[in-house]
Amino acid sequence: MDHFDWVIISKGGRSTVSGYLNGSCVEVTHENAEENFMKSTLSAWRKIAVCNLLINRTGLSQVRRVILVLSGKGGVGKSTITTELALAFLHAGKKVGILDVDLCGPSIPRMLRVCRPDVHQCDSGWVPVYADAQQNLALMSIGFLLEHPDEAVVWRGPKKTALIGQFVSDVAWGELDILLVDTPPGTSDEHLAVLENLRKHRVDGAVLVTTPQAVSTGDVRREITFCKKLGVRILGLIENMSGFVCPHCSECSNIFSKGGGEELAKLTGSEFLGSVPLDPQLTQSLEEGTDFLQAFPESATFSSINTIANTLLSRIQDD
Amino acid sequence: MADVPNNAPQHCPGTTSDQAGQTSACQGCPNQNICASGATKAPDPAIEEIKVKLATVKHKILVLSGKGGVGKSTFSAHLAHALASDETKEVALLDVDICGPSIPKMMGLEGEQVHQSGSGWSPVYVEDNLAVMSIGFLLSSPDDAVIWRGPKKNGMIKQFLRDVDWGELDFLIVDTPPGTSDEHLSIVQYLGEARIDGAVIITTPQEVSLQDVRKEIGFCQKVKLPIIGVVENMSGFVCPKCKNTSQIFPPTTGGAERMCEELNLPLLGKVPLDPRIGRSCDEGKSFLSEVPDSPAAIAYGNIVQRIKDYCASHVSISGDNSD
Ligand SMILES: Nc1ncnc2c1ncn2[C@@H]1O[C@H](COP(=O)(O)OP(=O)(O)OP(=O)(O)O)[C@@H](O)[C@H]1O
Ligand SMILES: Nc1ncnc2c1ncn2[C@@H]1O[C@H](COP(=O)(O)OP(=O)(O)O)[C@@H](O)[C@H]1O
Ligand SMILES: [Mg+2]
Ligand SMILES: [Mg+2]
Ligand SMILES: [Zn+2]
Ligand SMILES: [Zn+2]
Repeated sequence: MDHFDWVIISKGGRSTVSGYLNGSCVEVTHENAEENFMKSTLSAWRKIAVCNLLINRTGLSQVRRVILVLSGKGGVGKSTITTELALAFLHAGKKVGILDVDLCGPSIPRMLRVCRPDVHQCDSGWVPVYADAQQNLALMSIGFLLEHPDEAVVWRGPKKTALIGQFVSDVAWGELDILLVDTPPGTSDEHLAVLENLRKHRVDGAVLVTTPQAVSTGDVRREITFCKKLGVRILGLIENMSGFVCPHCSECSNIFSKGGGEELAKLTGSEFLGSVPLDPQLTQSLEEGTDFLQAFPESATFSSINTIANTLLSRIQDD
Repeated sequence: MADVPNNAPQHCPGTTSDQAGQTSACQGCPNQNICASGATKAPDPAIEEIKVKLATVKHKILVLSGKGGVGKSTFSAHLAHALASDETKEVALLDVDICGPSIPKMMGLEGEQVHQSGSGWSPVYVEDNLAVMSIGFLLSSPDDAVIWRGPKKNGMIKQFLRDVDWGELDFLIVDTPPGTSDEHLSIVQYLGEARIDGAVIITTPQEVSLQDVRKEIGFCQKVKLPIIGVVENMSGFVCPKCKNTSQIFPPTTGGAERMCEELNLPLLGKVPLDPRIGRSCDEGKSFLSEVPDSPAAIAYGNIVQRIKDYCASHVSISGDNSD
C-alpha cells in the first residue's frame, strides 16, 4: 500500500471522498479499520480516514450560528475578514469554525498557517482541522485535500456543487458557537450550493465585504440582490481597505477611494458595520499566518475589527 | 478533470475518453448508456462555428489570474485603450466575467445596451476602432444579479463568441473572472480551434495572491494555453506627500519576480499602486490619457509593447494552419 498517495478507511459503505483526491487511492473497509489504522506503523502515508458516513451524520447539529462572508467582487478581503472575525470571536471565548468554500482559491489554510494535516478521521465524517491546540478554531478547506499547494482545481459547477454538499453535511464540526463561511466572489455555483445545503440546518445571515471604489461597490450591489432573492438576511456591510496611513509621514491616502461602503449601505438600506483601514501590517500577518489581533492590539485596524466583531456578536445573540 | 460527471464512479475514464461507457468502472454508472453511444465524445459544433466567425480576428489574448481583485479588468481595459491608440488597428474587448462585469464601468459605458443587427449582436463602441461586449450591457439595472450556474454561463460565453458581430479585428482581448472553472474552461474550449495567442497573467506581490496565480499557471499548462507573461500589479505605493515607497502588498516570497524565475516565465513588468488608476476606472476614463507621464502609465506602455512584440512574432490568423 506504500505506493498509494492516499489511504481511505471506511467502516462500511463506500466513501465518496476519493473522487476529489488527486493521486492514487486505496480504500480499506473494515469494522475496526480505524484502530488498526492508527496502530499501523506506516505513518509516512498520506492518510485520510472516512468512517461510515451513514451512522451519524451530525454535521451541523451542534452549530449554533452560521454566518456567510460574501462579496460580489474578488480580492476585497473576504478571507481576511473571515480570518480576523474568527480570531476575534475566539479571543472572546467562543468556539469557532471556518468553512472555506472557495474551491479554486482557498486562502484560509495559509492565513491561519495550518499545513496539510496527515489524518482526518472520526466516527461521524470528515474531521475539521484545528488551528489551535485547544481545538476551539476548526477549519475545513479544499486546501487540505490537495496533494500540492499549487495544484489547480479545474472543475465545472456540478463537481463544485457536489463537494460543497459534502463539506456542509459531512464535516463533523462538533459543538460550535459560530461557523463562518468564506466564499469565492460572485453569485454562482458555490453560493447556490452552500446556501441550498446550509438551509437544511440554519443560516443566520451574511456579512458583505466591499472596498470603497465604485468598481467594487457595483458588484456588491448585485450581491445584495442575490441575498434578497434568496432570502438571506444581511447582517451588515464592511468597507475594507479604506485609507492608508503613510508610515513615514502619517499622511492618509485613499488608495481605493473612500466612503463607498457606507454609501452603498445607505442606498440599499443595510447596516454599515464599519471600515477597516488598508494596513500593510495586516497583510504581513496574513502572509505569515500570525495572529494580527494579538500582535497589534494598539492599532486602529485592531479596534475597527474588534468593534465589528462585537457588533456582530451582539446582533446574533439577540436572536 | 472536467469531463467526469459528479455522479460518476471513482474510476470513470471521463466522458470524452475513447473508453467512455466501456470500462469496468462504467458498470452501473447512470451515464453509461449515453457515454457508450459516443454522443459525449463529439465536440460541440459551436467550436467550428466560432473558428469560422473569428477567422478575421488576428490576435486573441486572454487576461487571467487565479486571484480576485488583482487588476485583471483594469489591465484589460488599459491594454485595449493602448492598442486602440493606433488608429490603424481594430480592437475589441470581451468581458466574460458573468457575475461581476466591471468592463462597462471602466470603459465609461454604463447603461449602454447591445443592439441586434442582421449579423448578430453588435458590440458597443468606445471609439471607432474599439468595440466592447459584456453581460453588463444585457442587464436592465445596476442591481441586477446574474445568479447562474455554470452551464448557463457557458452558454452566454458561447453566444459572445459566436453571435456577436465582431467584424475584422487586429486584437480581441478577453477579460475573465478569477479562478479556474467554467468560464475559463469554456473560453479555452470554444476558442480551441480559433487559436489563442496566449494569456497575460496578473498578480499582486503577496503570497496570498501568488498561491492562487500558480494554480492559474497550472491551469494554462493543463489546457496547453501559452503564457505571454506575468504582470505584477499594485507593486508599491509612493506617498504623494513624502515620496517614500510603501509595500502595501509586500512580496514576502519574492513577488512575481521570484515566481517567474521559478516557473521560467517572462515578467512583463510591474505597475505601482496609484490611486489615480482607481479613480480613472470609477470614472470610466483611460488612466493612460489622464496622467500619461506617471510611472504607472509608463509601466503600462512598456508592458503593452512587449505584448505587441509577442503577437507580432506569433502571427496566428485562425484557420491558417489547420487546412
Ligand atoms: N495599479 C493600481 N493602482 C491602484 N489601483 C488599482 C491598480 N490596479 C487596479 N486598481 C484598482 O483595483 C481595483 C480592482 O481591480 P480590477 O477590478 O481590475 O480587478 P479584477 O482582477 O478584475 O477583479 P475581479 O477578480 O473581481 O474581476 C479597481 O478598483 C482598480 O481600479
Ligand atoms: N485592510 C487590509 N489592509 C491590508 N491588506 C489587506 C486588507 N484586507 C485585505 N488585505 C490583503 O488583500 C489581499 C486580498 O484579500 P483576501 O482576503 O484574500 O480577498 P478575497 O478573499 O476577497 O479574495 C490579501 O493579501 C490580504 O492580506
Ligand atoms: Mg478569499
Ligand atoms: Mg474583473
Ligand atoms: Zn508619506
Ligand atoms: Zn461514464
